[in-house]
Amino acid sequence: MKYIDEFRDGELAKNLAASIGATVEPGRNYSFMEFCGGHTHAISRYGLSDLLPPTVRMVHGPGCPVCVLPIGRVDMAIDLALNHGVILCTYGDTLRVPASDGLSLMKAKARGGDIRMVYSTLDALQIARDNPAREVVFFAIGFETTTPPTAVAIQQAEAEGLANFSALCCHVLTPSAISNILESPEVRQWGTVPLDGFIGPAHVSTVIGSRPYEFFAEEYRKPVVIAGFEPLDVMQAILMLVRQVNEGRAEVENEFSRAVSRDGNLKAQDCVAEVFELRREFEWRGLSVVPYSALKIRQKYAAFDAERRFDLEYRSVPDHNACDCGAILRGVKKPQDCKLFGTVCTPENPIGSCMVSSEGACAAHYSYGRYKDMH
Amino acid sequence: MAEMKRAYVRPLDLKQGRVDLTHGSGGRSMVQLISELFAKHLGNEYLGQGNDGAVLPAPTIHGHAGRLVMSTDCHVVSPLFFPGGDIGCLSVHGTVNDVAVMGATPLYLAAGFILEEGFPLSDLARIVESMARAAREAGVPVVTGDTKVVERGKGDGVFITTTGVGVLPDGLELGGSRARPGDAIIISGSLGDHGVAIMSKRENLSFDAPIESDTAALNGLIAAMLATGADLRCLRDPTRGGLAATLNEIAGQSGVGMMLHEKAIPVKPVVAAACEFLGLDPLYVANEGKLIAICASADAERVLAVMRAHPLGREAALIGEVIADDHHFVQLTTAFGGRRIVDWLAGDQLPRIC
Amino acid sequence: MCLAIPVRVVEVGADDTAIVDLGGVTKEISLALLSDVQVGDYVILHVGYALSKLDPEEAEKTLALFAEMAEAS
Repeated sequence: MKYIDEFRDGELAKNLAASIGATVEPGRNYSFMEFCGGHTHAISRYGLSDLLPPTVRMVHGPGCPVCVLPIGRVDMAIDLALNHGVILCTYGDTLRVPASDGLSLMKAKARGGDIRMVYSTLDALQIARDNPAREVVFFAIGFETTTPPTAVAIQQAEAEGLANFSALCCHVLTPSAISNILESPEVRQWGTVPLDGFIGPAHVSTVIGSRPYEFFAEEYRKPVVIAGFEPLDVMQAILMLVRQVNEGRAEVENEFSRAVSRDGNLKAQDCVAEVFELRREFEWRGLSVVPYSALKIRQKYAAFDAERRFDLEYRSVPDHNACDCGAILRGVKKPQDCKLFGTVCTPENPIGSCMVSSEGACAAHYSYGRYKDMH
Repeated sequence: MAEMKRAYVRPLDLKQGRVDLTHGSGGRSMVQLISELFAKHLGNEYLGQGNDGAVLPAPTIHGHAGRLVMSTDCHVVSPLFFPGGDIGCLSVHGTVNDVAVMGATPLYLAAGFILEEGFPLSDLARIVESMARAAREAGVPVVTGDTKVVERGKGDGVFITTTGVGVLPDGLELGGSRARPGDAIIISGSLGDHGVAIMSKRENLSFDAPIESDTAALNGLIAAMLATGADLRCLRDPTRGGLAATLNEIAGQSGVGMMLHEKAIPVKPVVAAACEFLGLDPLYVANEGKLIAICASADAERVLAVMRAHPLGREAALIGEVIADDHHFVQLTTAFGGRRIVDWLAGDQLPRIC
Repeated sequence: MCLAIPVRVVEVGADDTAIVDLGGVTKEISLALLSDVQVGDYVILHVGYALSKLDPEEAEKTLALFAEMAEAS
């Protein structure tokens, strides 16, 4: 597969590993956060940590939209399916997220909810066309990569007069999450994290460009290297971060230059701006309430906003007392530090957000790496 | 006395006809369905006995009485027809394989059909013909069966349950608890073909992939492997949950760990590409015509040679070894050079956006 | 987050649709978020939409960078 296989070459990996080993300064520790769940997945799936020197530590960040989706929002989706009789269309990732009353979307389906997994908003629009007598709601989750497809779907529904289609908008924004990690009152509670730099998200950046990260680099003096998703991309980005730290630089570098530009995809950005606007605040699971971090549908498209259409109220649902997800999402604790990890909290029975999606720090460690804890 | 005229029985309308409730009620309609469709295609001397139960000769192997092996499988696959196969041949292959991996020679099959009212007879005929062909090719006849019909909406077209019996020679013991550290782990061919072929047909996952299900009866291949006299510990077919589920099961049963090598695991490039599209891992995708063999490492080359000489084992590969591990982990060295575990999955893999 | 893959455009259709190919698997997708896409271009595909074009020159440069650094060590 072109542009995939070449970026997974094991021989080049060995050499990059050697380069990183040769570039780290002896006696110096490096702590980098890979913000994006896709990078967490790549690191676990390819066993990248085995190829890094022990002084380089990767901290898994909150860039997994399923992990940060509050239980209360899943409850709204379940409510729509069970109590309003809608056809609820959702991406596969959300189906097993545990919500209130022992339910999940999968369990609500077993109770009779018409919940359908879709690959794309295009499929949801088709379901709306095929079922004119039913209400069809699309459960719209995701960061800036996944937001433009929802925007297009809403515009398309408007153009076609597809009156039975609406979206439950839970789209969230990356830069706000990064700020939140770097400066928030709770960080004092858990202790600051000496993060030396960030691996910037790959596909979010194709949409928003590299420009938004320049603020973090300047304001917080932390280097950011935007990396592609393949394991060689991640290793290259780590090498570039180590170099920046050694040289005392704090710049935005773009390793994923084959797909990311400084400005990003302006057409997609315009589309999003036409349909959505900022919410004043939004609750993130594990990070609590973050200002200007999420989107809602604009008044002009109110007819396609499921929250307005069905008069839904958001009720916040707190996490389990002993759940350490908040600290883990900020990189202050590791999955193994949580009392519930691997015992009560497992991928089959996830208690908190980090275990719910295969991208979450706890799920990734459990599925791919926990053998290391034993040896 | 005037002769009674023979009543004219209209033959089944296999082109436009549909299953209706009379076909399951035990009356003339059902008898007709059985004789014009099931018996017509599946027919053999045992089925032809026409009694409630088939009387079968006592099973022997190599002239000696052996032990009986029995297995049963329910088939609810959707869609019913998929690239490379259908529920009919799948139901034969699945049960023949479950008996054969125990080291037994499969002898007879029983088949139960639950039909939904309204199911097209033309589809049913296709399915039964496919089943008959699969049974003939495997050399395992369907000797008895049953049909029921449920009301429209209460069944997914057709559900099939097959039960198989076979005979196992004395002295041959194959099982999941017999793997030992040092043993070789062999796979008979490429992974993920069946699961991806099925998914390519499912609603809401619309892509065209030139991938066919690998559904096949493995009793011939297994017989060839057994004939080598190699020290085989365990044979199993990695169906639902894929290679990962099967190896984790065996690791748990035998109280061992495993170390696999990603580079050695055969996956067709187009299957790998389809998995990329959906965010699936081929190690977890179902197979219906493949087997895993665990054998003493000294015999691995011999077993591989015999497998590769057989049409269903051309791509047989040595993919890893059994190791001592109290935690029973199945580990993998990645093609990239790192290590990870191949864990049990929590339910089916779902396509993802993340 | 954002499972996205690089795919090759094999056909451009009406209404912002296209057929793309990856390793022999083809799918119909939407080009609503991009302009000026030609047959033969590579795009990044996410949830049924092409999000950006892949620059083959930059891809070559990045690969060369991996190999270069390797030699320098």
